[in-house]
Amino acid sequence: MSALAMTYIFILAIFAGVEVISRVPTVLHTPLMSGANAIHGIVLVGGIALLGTSGDNKLLFTLGFVAVILGTLNVVGGFVVTDRMLEMFRAKPSTKDKEQK
Amino acid sequence: MTTASVPPAAYLIASLLFILGLKRLSNPRTARSGNQMAAVGMVLAIIGTFCLPNMGHFGWIIVAIAIGTVPGWALARGVKMTAMPQMVSLFNGMGGACALFISLGEFWKRPDAAKPPGIDLEALPMLLGIILGAISFSGSLIAFGKLQGLVSEKSLRWPGQKVINALLLLGILICAFQAPSSDQSSNWIIGLAAISLVLGVLQVLPIGGADMPVVISVLNSCTGVAAALTGFAMQNMSMIIAGTLVGAAGALLTLLMCQAMNRSLAKVIFGSFGGGGAKAAAAAQTGDRTMREITAAESAILLAYARKVIVVPGYGLAVAQAQHLVHELESQLEKRGAEVKYAIHPVAGRMPGHMNVLLAEADVPYPKLLDMEEINPEFDQADVVLIIGANDVVNPAARTDAGSPIYGMPILNADHAKNIIVIKRGRGAGFAGIENALFYDAKTRMLFGDAKSMVQELVTEVKAV
Repeated sequence: MSALAMTYIFILAIFAGVEVISRVPTVLHTPLMSGANAIHGIVLVGGIALLGTSGDNKLLFTLGFVAVILGTLNVVGGFVVTDRMLEMFRAKPSTKDKEQK
Repeated sequence: MTTASVPPAAYLIASLLFILGLKRLSNPRTARSGNQMAAVGMVLAIIGTFCLPNMGHFGWIIVAIAIGTVPGWALARGVKMTAMPQMVSLFNGMGGACALFISLGEFWKRPDAAKPPGIDLEALPMLLGIILGAISFSGSLIAFGKLQGLVSEKSLRWPGQKVINALLLLGILICAFQAPSSDQSSNWIIGLAAISLVLGVLQVLPIGGADMPVVISVLNSCTGVAAALTGFAMQNMSMIIAGTLVGAAGALLTLLMCQAMNRSLAKVIFGSFGGGGAKAAAAAQTGDRTMREITAAESAILLAYARKVIVVPGYGLAVAQAQHLVHELESQLEKRGAEVKYAIHPVAGRMPGHMNVLLAEADVPYPKLLDMEEINPEFDQADVVLIIGANDVVNPAARTDAGSPIYGMPILNADHAKNIIVIKRGRGAGFAGIENALFYDAKTRMLFGDAKSMVQELVTEVKAV
């Protein structure tokens, strides 16, 4: 993939990121931050690729192995914490009027 | 479909799920499904990665994932709602460290031939990934330590702070320029990582606890960008898209938070609350006045006969885990015919929305939690305002005292109410170190004690009235 193509995607993703959350109510700031935190756990994918392609290289193997552990912590912890926060929001009945504002 | 087409297809769907998930996360009714969508996207991206060409060590990958999953799951499930902010910070730090390790690996992987002298565009994302990954790792750990009480929450200052940071930055630049082309490339790159780690620590240490929400948000965005850069280095589309999404969304979220506090980001990062001068001046100003104390029994009478009560929750409520009792107090008062509402300042607690999460946990109905703009006109009709462990968000100095560090921050108009009861642990200034004139107001009564036991007493007393 060319550097230029990656740069295009990078720029478009910036706009998508801003657009997607630009009208978030204050109540959701914490869960949103936590959810975003889980999504950047995508680095795990990089860790897996690094470990998987390390071959006989001990150094790369170690770096990749540690990276996968850390990335997994980020992903699992991030999604579970966010889900726990949101679980509490969902449990409320008769809350539609306020939310729709 | 051949194996070669699996990763791109998986990444494409994963990226879509991330964008849709993030979108759904910004609406209360769809938020949970949004988070789950993003999680599904993550699983897809991981499966896709297994099908990349030249992959091996599958057993070890599974082992490493298992090692990470167990504590991640246990920590996330076991943590108390009040400790949520530091948990997010901790997981964020893990992501930063992951990006750091990958960038280091990618850097060492480059063939020796690919080392042209001068600026090396190929190596740029790796170098930046190392810098940002290291900063978010060490910075997040310090933020975690501050919120957990392991590191002083106060704004730590030392002489020559700015000079030291500038020197570190210079060191980072030198290492980053030397690393790609030098014969000693490994030494330079380790130096780069080390200095970046130190910079992360020194950058977060001076920031007071009140600003931690903003710091976590900045670091979150930072890790997002580090992930995107790592994606550049590995030419991995899903990492570029997801990382950039988080980087951009995190940056916007940070700005929204700063707006709510009416402070510029630069002020949060480079100049903290509670500078010596302001503190001394404020102390002198309020030094000779007295706080009027009240007992729980008397407070209960005030509350029991009030028609409209507004509760202002703050971090003290979170620390004391008083949210369930507050809800009980609310139901008791409503039984007696009072109208009870909660005034949520955008930066109450340690994360925006912190109070909403806590009160939601205690089953407080959602429509009772009102944002600052909605509730502020209502304070004039309130008979009693009950402030629980909040301080700076009701400090009138933000309106009147141009010399105050929080001057200009929008606050809750608690001082407009007929009676004000403040539950507070001690007489000291708030956690940003600023004296609060509201506590000396003629209408204000102080109820000193731990939020949980005080609210418990209020519940008992109100029942007895």
